[in-house]
Amino acid sequence: MTGRTRAALIVLGLLAALALLAPWITPYSPDFLDWQHLAVSPRFDSSHWLGTDRLGRDLFARGMQATRVSLLIGVLAALVSVCIGVAWGATAGYVGGRVDAAMMRFVDIVYALPYVFIVIILSTLFARGSIAALFIAIGAVGWLTMARIVRGQTLSLRRREFIDAAIASGVTTPAILWRHIVPNVAGPVIAYATLTIPQMILFESFLSFLGLGVQEPFASLGSLINEGAQEMESSAWMLLVPATLLTLLLVAFNLLGDGLRATLESRDE
Amino acid sequence: MFLYALRRIAGLIPTLFVLVSLSFFVIRLAPGGPFDQEQTLPAQIRANLDAAYGFDRPLIVQYGSYLAGVVRGDLGPSLRFKDFRVTELIGSGLPLSLTIGLAAALLAFLVGVPLGALAAWRANSFTDHALMGLSMVGVVLPGFVVGPLLALVFGIYWPIFRVAGYEPGQASFLVLPVITLALPVGAYIARLMRNSLQEILRANFIRTARAKGVSARHVFLRHALRPALIPVVSYLGPAVAFVITGSLVVESVFGLPGSGRFLIQGAIDRDYPMVMGMVLIYGVLTLLCNLIADLLYGWLDPRVRFE
Repeated sequence: MTGRTRAALIVLGLLAALALLAPWITPYSPDFLDWQHLAVSPRFDSSHWLGTDRLGRDLFARGMQATRVSLLIGVLAALVSVCIGVAWGATAGYVGGRVDAAMMRFVDIVYALPYVFIVIILSTLFARGSIAALFIAIGAVGWLTMARIVRGQTLSLRRREFIDAAIASGVTTPAILWRHIVPNVAGPVIAYATLTIPQMILFESFLSFLGLGVQEPFASLGSLINEGAQEMESSAWMLLVPATLLTLLLVAFNLLGDGLRATLESRDE
Repeated sequence: MFLYALRRIAGLIPTLFVLVSLSFFVIRLAPGGPFDQEQTLPAQIRANLDAAYGFDRPLIVQYGSYLAGVVRGDLGPSLRFKDFRVTELIGSGLPLSLTIGLAAALLAFLVGVPLGALAAWRANSFTDHALMGLSMVGVVLPGFVVGPLLALVFGIYWPIFRVAGYEPGQASFLVLPVITLALPVGAYIARLMRNSLQEILRANFIRTARAKGVSARHVFLRHALRPALIPVVSYLGPAVAFVITGSLVVESVFGLPGSGRFLIQGAIDRDYPMVMGMVLIYGVLTLLCNLIADLLYGWLDPRVRFE
């Protein structure tokens, strides 16, 4: 493990711990309006470490609640996209022939469309602000690359002896897929899934930034950045706090994913 | 080559058909309709509205008439902006969106390629590490973080560019949006360029050229650069597509009157024809960019033959 990967893991661990423990660290709840302290700047000797927003809500509490939302949606949406992508790619690669051609043609078509548009269309399907709906919508577009990777791996696995042995001993196709193909593609899938999480976090923040995602009183890093951008002339910290949190999350997940992929590739060689 | 291009253009038609159908049916599954307001409309008025826009007909008939309209180049009326056609509205914002998008793609290419080449030329030096570290951050950061930060620094603390109250024709308003949009693409191009140059510099024909006594600089500039551009060119299609859809965010960050706002507002208002129109037009643009990039391929890489 390189130093960079380790640093990324530490940053992620710290952020996750802070986000989960925030309710016990700060006395303020994310939606508490502190009328005595409207839009105060960050100070370590006051109880609002990261300042407050225009309505007097504590930015540390809100930022951490938003980080929880981002992590939750990122991980769940990545999970959704992994499930669809693995099932799709393994089936296409294993069955082959016309089924494969049709399935991958579908992936190509959806691939050609701008992601953002699909997410926006899908997000209109659900009542606004539903977090469950949000990660389904986001996860439903994130699986394409996963499907391609898994298909490629499956194509080479299919010619291996142990698959022939399984067929010869009468194992059914779904059982071969589940017991023999899926476990063998786990490595690249995990590495790529780590790279999917930041993409999903990004989509969620993007939707929330546009006002199509998480709704008040809940905050997401995207909606906090949007609020902060409107106040930045007088109170830059309202933008800087969520922007820093999002940057840390994205960079850390990307470094971790790159590290995992590099480890895997060097193992294969 | 010409035949190949024609065949590829014909190949776009099924994709576009799927796109139009998908957006038509999916957006109609969404809860809430375009005429939902705080007060419920009297039944008669509601029925008249539905009849006027043809929503009282069976879905499949509506679909047919929409497809017929698309073929004729008419994307239907906007439900929210009364008396405007979708084509007029999108057309009014598209020139600005395309200007920003193409300028950003050009900037990204012009900055990304030399920086990537520099990093490869001085591989594993401080310059290389600094450039690659920066590009990592550039790739990762989204426009809605970079945009407001740039606006804060260069629009407010150190006001060299104008960021609020857009006036048409003033280039000063467009500098920061273009940089915001170009940053992730340029950073990615720099990484691609560096990695492909590194690979090519290890190739046999480079060793041959060096063995024949050609200087390192000459080999780098005349032999290695051109083939190294191939991955960059194949990324250009997706890049232009990214930049065109990315202008959506940048327009909303910098308050520019491009066409992106119609998609977002349309999705919020359930303005069906507007959303479908935006998806169709941006879909066509994306597909065309990918096509052009594929055709450029053959010019750069003589090994590629079009069948």
